[in-house]
Amino acid sequence: MAFLFAQFLTGLANASSLFLVASGLSLIFGVTRIVNFAHGSFYMLGAFVGVTLMEILPGAVGFWGAILLTGLIVGLFGAIVEMVVLRPIYRAPELFQLVATFGVILVIQDLALMIWGAEDRMGPRAPGLRGVWRIFDEPVPKYDIVIIAITPFILFALWYLITRTRVGILVRAATQDREMVGALGVNQAWLFTGVFALGSALAGWGGALQLPKGGADLLMDFNIIGSVFVVVVIGGMGSLPGAFIAAVLISVLNVLGVTYLPQSTLVLMFVVMAVVLIIRPYGLLGREEVAGEHGQVGAPEAPIRPYGPVGRSLVAALLLVLAVVPFFADRFLMTLLIDMIVFALFAASLHFILGTGGLVSFGHAAFFGGGAYAAALLVFHTGTPMELAFLFAPLAAGLLALGIGWFCIRLTGVYFAMLTLAFSQLVWSLAFQWRSVTRGDDGLVNIWPAPWLNGPVPYYYFTLILGVGGILFLRHVIHSPFGYALRAGRDSPRQAEAMGIDVKRVQYVAFALAGVMAGLAGGIFVFSKGSVFPTELEIGASFDALIVVFLGGVKTLAGGVVGAGFMTVVEDWLTRLEYWRLLLGLVIIAVVIIAPEGIVGSLQTLWRRIRNTGDEEIAR
Amino acid sequence: MLSVEGIHSYYGKAHILDGLSFQVSRGEVVALLGRNGAGKSTTMKSVMQLVRPRKGKVVFQGTDVVGQSAFRVAKAGIGYVPEERRIFTDLTVMENLEVGRQPKREGAPEWTVEQLFEIFPNLKERRSNRGKHMSGGEQQMLTIARTLMGNPMLLLLDEPSEGIAPVIVEQMAETILKLKAEGLTVMISEQNLHFARAVADRAIIVESGEKKFDGSFADLEAHPEIRDAYLSV
Repeated sequence: MAFLFAQFLTGLANASSLFLVASGLSLIFGVTRIVNFAHGSFYMLGAFVGVTLMEILPGAVGFWGAILLTGLIVGLFGAIVEMVVLRPIYRAPELFQLVATFGVILVIQDLALMIWGAEDRMGPRAPGLRGVWRIFDEPVPKYDIVIIAITPFILFALWYLITRTRVGILVRAATQDREMVGALGVNQAWLFTGVFALGSALAGWGGALQLPKGGADLLMDFNIIGSVFVVVVIGGMGSLPGAFIAAVLISVLNVLGVTYLPQSTLVLMFVVMAVVLIIRPYGLLGREEVAGEHGQVGAPEAPIRPYGPVGRSLVAALLLVLAVVPFFADRFLMTLLIDMIVFALFAASLHFILGTGGLVSFGHAAFFGGGAYAAALLVFHTGTPMELAFLFAPLAAGLLALGIGWFCIRLTGVYFAMLTLAFSQLVWSLAFQWRSVTRGDDGLVNIWPAPWLNGPVPYYYFTLILGVGGILFLRHVIHSPFGYALRAGRDSPRQAEAMGIDVKRVQYVAFALAGVMAGLAGGIFVFSKGSVFPTELEIGASFDALIVVFLGGVKTLAGGVVGAGFMTVVEDWLTRLEYWRLLLGLVIIAVVIIAPEGIVGSLQTLWRRIRNTGDEEIAR
Repeated sequence: MLSVEGIHSYYGKAHILDGLSFQVSRGEVVALLGRNGAGKSTTMKSVMQLVRPRKGKVVFQGTDVVGQSAFRVAKAGIGYVPEERRIFTDLTVMENLEVGRQPKREGAPEWTVEQLFEIFPNLKERRSNRGKHMSGGEQQMLTIARTLMGNPMLLLLDEPSEGIAPVIVEQMAETILKLKAEGLTVMISEQNLHFARAVADRAIIVESGEKKFDGSFADLEAHPEIRDAYLSV
């Protein structure tokens, strides 16, 4: 019992930092409606800045002073990010903002690498709080007790700020209707910057406060973001008390999990989240989201039409070139092309659900990696012939999509995005932690195709036929009645339902189909590489696909495919540079701000301008 | 005080206001009349810059505000009460009023919470209630009081009589006359001709985003064909 209590205290202490980061994210989301993916990066920044300051400032005053100062510095940095990156794109669709914050993640990663180097930093012990206190004879670190004592004050201070001050009232009003707050004479721009700065500062404090318990390293940003999302989703987006309860819940569970179920620590929190969301779809203390409530309806989508003769012949010419490639290309080019086609199919499947279905999935890698793992596991453990195992890739991914979709489809917007992300993290943690089956980060190796396909040329044709076939099939679906129903559900769910379309059902089927196609891509992928690792399931993999779709252009059909081609080439070239993340991040941010239509969209606009066939204005 | 000069406003590609011009002078109450979809709300939003006119000017106190942020227009002294009320449902009455609070303005009547409670006694009783627990009439009172907290010189009231009980409509008319007596300039948009006649000095009729009539209610009485053509009675 005493041991359990001590464990509980450790959990509470861990919750403190998690709560700080999560409350910052929640606050920012509440007011700006932006899911700040770079929030984990601010947390990491807090840890690094904190370590540096603690080295400079001496003694106990220096230690606590450093923590305080860290929040201010990170807050200031957040304000700059908000003004430079986010201000120009508040009116842009959600996805653009998310992609922009992802660009910020990349930039911060490389900035941290430049300034602090690749070495992990140990956090200093808090002066005067080095040892343990005995509680019921169990040792509990003094620092833990102090943190547990501080947290209620932080919670109270935040609560006071939000409920009792004019700023807090304005923040809550803006959470509901920011345009109206503006119409009442409040400068929203500064309110947003202020809230973003405060949220970033909270993340910075979280990073600095956990230093004596952990340290600072370059993986912190992605490591915490999964838990933070879980906390915010469980607590309810925009609710501070909710974030606190959820942070405690998750942290205590984690500590107990480490003791009693060491294999399942990562999985546990996602299971809790799934349970909470089944009972309360908007989190413990969250408010139901009503689409369009915030007056954020963008310009209507232009209808997508099948290609005309010019487009068709261009596609045919491209396919012809691809078909004759093996007659002159070397092995390297064919491998690159296989990668490109696999990526294009993966991106096209995401584009299908995102562009056509309007569902921003943040965990699409779960289906790509899931398919790859399904096939690889069969080959690895049972020696299943490749032909059969390969079929299991799309099948398993489809089943996985049916399972995940069952939870996610009922949600919309950011909740949908967060939940898909959390589920993909669940799949990732299974692959990462269930070592007896998946071999963890050692990955599954020696997954080669059947003899008749083994070799660059046959496998190239295999990839070409299935990859291009998959992409064409998706295009066909988009132009079918099912595709029209899907688009109707995206553009106007209520009207679509009034016309007799079961929108949720259509979306569910589309989600599963996207999963099948991603799984197909994963299947081709695993046999082309001969191995699969948990990295294929990481957040980063999902984001790669998102960025590709975005770069290509969300509102265009070819967007995913063109973006994938572009990205494969650019990455091949960029990754040779030391600070390629910084460059890529800046490119992404620049595209979001300057050319938000993406490559294909911008080209189309240019083409239309050249031919001067812009749609004439619709008269009243 | 306000001079709207040939504004063209759009929703996406739909052309809503087609070169609309009118003026509002200090101290008067003007009623903007017209059918559903005639462009009344868009006119109000275009003055407020919640919808940006693509052409034309909105001159308030000698300055063209077209292209400015809505908050600057509000700071300049225009108070806007939206048709949908848009009160903050999770905030209490007092907090809703706090959001609207702005410093005192030269040349405009000044309002305190106490004064507003005198005009809207229901709000005083419900001062600690959240917006979502209030009736439609009370919400309408709150949204006006909230805007008055900004001490505006010109008040834009978008369809104040819509969706509230007849008894409250009468109260609303009295309220608007009280505001006028305090020296406030008011522009209301209305479909209810009786209500408009009870409170306004002048009528402007819009149809398809164009001005069809501008004059006193006596003039309007004299031309029943205008009323029949542009207003559904």
